[in-house]
Amino acid sequence: MSLDILNQEPIRFLLSFGVVLFLVLNLAAIFTMAERKVSAYIHLRFGPNRVGPRGLLQPAADVFKLFTKENLAPSRADIWVFLAAPIAMFLPAALVWLVVPFAPNAVIADLNVAIVFFIAMTSIGALGLIMAGYGSRSSFSLLGALRGAAQMISYEVPLILSLLGVIMLSGSLSLVDVVNAQAGGFWHWYFLPQLPMFVVFYIAGLAEARRVPFDLPEGESEIVGGFMVEYSGMTWALIQAAEFASMGLISAITVTLFFGGWQPPFEFLDLGNFNWFWFGLKTSILVFTFQWVRWSLPRLRMDQLMDLGWKILVPASLIWLFVTAGAMLLLPSVF
Amino acid sequence: MALALLQAGAQEIGYGTLYIYVGLFLLMVVGFVATTLVLARLIAPSRRGAKVKRANYETGEMTVTDPWRPFPVRYYVFALLFLIFDVEAAFLYPWAVIYRDLGLYGFVEMIIFVLILGVGLAYAWKKGALKWV
Repeated sequence: MSLDILNQEPIRFLLSFGVVLFLVLNLAAIFTMAERKVSAYIHLRFGPNRVGPRGLLQPAADVFKLFTKENLAPSRADIWVFLAAPIAMFLPAALVWLVVPFAPNAVIADLNVAIVFFIAMTSIGALGLIMAGYGSRSSFSLLGALRGAAQMISYEVPLILSLLGVIMLSGSLSLVDVVNAQAGGFWHWYFLPQLPMFVVFYIAGLAEARRVPFDLPEGESEIVGGFMVEYSGMTWALIQAAEFASMGLISAITVTLFFGGWQPPFEFLDLGNFNWFWFGLKTSILVFTFQWVRWSLPRLRMDQLMDLGWKILVPASLIWLFVTAGAMLLLPSVF
Repeated sequence: MALALLQAGAQEIGYGTLYIYVGLFLLMVVGFVATTLVLARLIAPSRRGAKVKRANYETGEMTVTDPWRPFPVRYYVFALLFLIFDVEAAFLYPWAVIYRDLGLYGFVEMIIFVLILGVGLAYAWKKGALKWV
């Protein structure tokens, strides 16, 4: 096959840039649609079903509508910070896909510090949120940004600590090595020995993606949209796209770290280069649980949010760090 | 899609080159989002309208106070704690990578290190620093 040309670096780089953009934008479109459909079926409604077959073209119509809407900025806003915020929020959602292995040998940039890269990029998301809230120069936005800053830095600590178990077991910071270390059936996946860490990571991931039990920065029913209350048109659409894409990203990272990435559940189901099917399937299931949680749980109060982060998740992950370290020391044959 | 991403082999791409690509990628994503914003500005209508059109959203009221004024930052203690645990993670990550080779020595070292920080967290907890007011 004439795949040699694809292996030349500049072409591969441009291609992967296209793939990542395609992936992020389509994920955002598909997830907005999925969100509305899932919420509709949970509410025993039909959801969008007018545009196209079963309403499947709704996201396309939405994008077209948003492109033709006026982009308003408040007259008092700091316009450059205001406009840079969607960029800063979009960046992490797109950039972390660089280090995620989609299938065997299919990773765009196999950084050997991929996990640290992921954490660093997540912090940029918090920065974008503060920029959006502060740059708008509006009371609701500022409230949302302050809540968001407190929430994002508080849940980054359990997020970071919960990854330690996986790093210890796999002995590497590269996501490719983490996936390779989970080969050979679902009983080798890290969610079994690291179940408490997985729960901590899942909750912290929900908080980092600002999904519903932790959507205080947005808080539709109290601060009417929080940090993005002043955005309209395409700027708003980009923030929404970044939110939905980062939900997919958190799911993909969770799958990579705890559910074996592209590894098939049983060895006889190995699809070779088409193992991305397993990766997509697991990620979709995880995204569905995110949406399920959203339509089942009420929003936390700010003090409950902080208590959950600092008094439950951080000690829990530290304790399981001890347990993992002790078990690896005492039972070196098992791990 | 998967085939296009097949890597040419890790050793063929230099270590520094990889990071140059990541940096380039970052700039390209920024460029893409900025282009989208400019495009939307060109396509979308833009009319001047009344002065209140560009006023802040305050559920229908006129803005009374400027939000850019001194306000109490409730969570600066959390920010300090975050800083401590972030630095702790910077030490724990390399330790976790080579834990298999360190054995009992690494285990005892880590217990001492984490216990000191744990005592700090317990102290902050007891002093009421973790209470959101």
